[in-house]
Amino acid sequence: MSFAEQRPILTDEPDIPATPIAADTRLFDNIRHVIFGRISTIVASLAILLLILVALFADFIAPYDPLAQSILNVNKAPSWEHLLGTDGFGRDVLSRIIYGARNSLIFGLISPTLAALIGTTLGVVAGYFGGIVDRVVSRLIDLLLAFPELLLAIIIAAALGGGFWNIIAVLTIAYVPGFARVARAQTLAVKQEPYVEAAVAVGVRVPTIIRRHVVPNISAPIVVLMTLWVASAIRLEASLSFLGIGTQPPAPSWGNIIRDGLNNLFGTPWPIVGAGVAITCVVLAFNIIGDAIRDVLDPETA
Amino acid sequence: MMKGNVLEIRDLHVEFGPKDRAIQVLNGVSFDIPQGGAVGLVGESGSGKSVTSLATMRLIPSPPGRVTKGTITFNGTDLLALPLGKMPDIRGRDIAMIFQEPMSSLNPVMKIGDQIGEAIMLHENIDRRARRAKVIEMLKLVGIPNPEGRLDSYPHQFSGGMRQRVMIAMALLCRPKLLIADEPTTALDVTIQAQVLELMKDIRARLGTAILLISHDLGVVADLCDSVVVMYAGHVVEIGATEEIFDTPRHPYTRGLLASIPRLHGGEERLFQIPGSVPVPGTIKKGCPFYSRCGMRIDRCRTEMPPMFDFDGSQRAACWVTAAEAHAHVKEPAQ
Repeated sequence: MSFAEQRPILTDEPDIPATPIAADTRLFDNIRHVIFGRISTIVASLAILLLILVALFADFIAPYDPLAQSILNVNKAPSWEHLLGTDGFGRDVLSRIIYGARNSLIFGLISPTLAALIGTTLGVVAGYFGGIVDRVVSRLIDLLLAFPELLLAIIIAAALGGGFWNIIAVLTIAYVPGFARVARAQTLAVKQEPYVEAAVAVGVRVPTIIRRHVVPNISAPIVVLMTLWVASAIRLEASLSFLGIGTQPPAPSWGNIIRDGLNNLFGTPWPIVGAGVAITCVVLAFNIIGDAIRDVLDPETA
Repeated sequence: MMKGNVLEIRDLHVEFGPKDRAIQVLNGVSFDIPQGGAVGLVGESGSGKSVTSLATMRLIPSPPGRVTKGTITFNGTDLLALPLGKMPDIRGRDIAMIFQEPMSSLNPVMKIGDQIGEAIMLHENIDRRARRAKVIEMLKLVGIPNPEGRLDSYPHQFSGGMRQRVMIAMALLCRPKLLIADEPTTALDVTIQAQVLELMKDIRARLGTAILLISHDLGVVADLCDSVVVMYAGHVVEIGATEEIFDTPRHPYTRGLLASIPRLHGGEERLFQIPGSVPVPGTIKKGCPFYSRCGMRIDRCRTEMPPMFDFDGSQRAACWVTAAEAHAHVKEPAQ
């Protein structure tokens, strides 16, 4: 017996044509509207676009090799040859800032993403299963949250030392607890929803429930947190490099450009001014965009 | 075991809370659902209706809840003896459930089609196209207009009645032998209620699905069910065919329930009301749980819990007074 041959029950209009109802595009419209609706967000997205382009094409844009020293060109003020002057080793400051952008963007994108993956996993597992798992994970999170993130990063960096993957690890660990806590709280709320119970009642097993019913419903605040923490990660990496435990010289990072500049403040202020302005603009831009995305995705907390 | 029962619940005890001061929520619930039959489970809030249905699905949150005694036999298998890991195979395929709140029983970020299809994906091994076709058939069956176009909609684009239909479609997709409907019409307005009830009747007639309808609305039960189980404070106080119970209620609680329904041709006097409210679970240690609210009580009721007396026909009720009046006796339990 096939259902198709049977008369439909209670359908008053049997002849409605089978036209698909338009997919919901409101989310993207909303994001576009919010981003292009205000001058501040337009400027911020342009700044981020510029940062990405600069980071991608650093090899072509940078006028000089960022590591090339020259004893003849030490502490030069800005000129047409060196737009932001040179530092105490005679390196072109503009080129170093351009390569530093690449450095910042890599850390700024990779570590919040990793932290979101790890933190969300921990938080969802803790929130969904509860009991002893929850207690262990929650106490671990509390322990990590007890330290300010910069202090935590300094402690770990001091223990691990510099190096690319170590810095990634440091930044990731610093942000994991935040994601875990948000994910856990959201999971606790979503777990109570009747649709989760309904899914259990049709025989969906736990891993599928988590993947298909819990995670999509907690993703909005996680995404918002991620965008906001891109800025934060860039700032934190700069701070670590400034303190000498992040990116190691001579590799250019905005943090250690400032650090080098500080040692030579009376020679020339331009490295500090240039890198400082770059950090400020980028962090500001990511924050503005993050706020805008939060307004769309997570209006309750905005 | 009697022939032809899809579900037999025997002497089900459920308690909540820590073991040393556990609260009895179900005290020996027993009833049967015949193959293709429709049974109404009625009672006030807190009488244990939903716990009974959750126990059947083994969805009682544990801790704090647990089944301490009794059997739930589904088609010959004792569900309570199955390892919990086997239950997902039974849920949805053999026993399906629809819930009270259609507004929130659908995942807001999943398309309707995917959500309904999830059940088949779990229980049957068929490809995407066949699955889609089956979902469309099912949506047609529950009366969603333009089902092809609706598959890619999200729940917020559906009204409450449509969502309840979607829930029913989801529940029926794998042709379960038993459908547990936990107050399926409570959150819907009256015209939609009538439509959903019609739909459930139709589905029962067409697919032969047995229905356990949980409701505190006696009208809904009378409309859909062949027999009624009346629960009070974790006890079954009366069981019988629907007409018997509505014509000659044997338990004072059932009488009270029936008397408190407004009549179309009734006068303007104040509606009957059972005095007091359902006792807090665990506060009644002995005697009839209805004692404190009963208008017919005798001294014996305070100290001794009445057994289920057999009245005429299939009707059984737990009351000393009415049993004495009707000369009803306790029959040996049918085995």
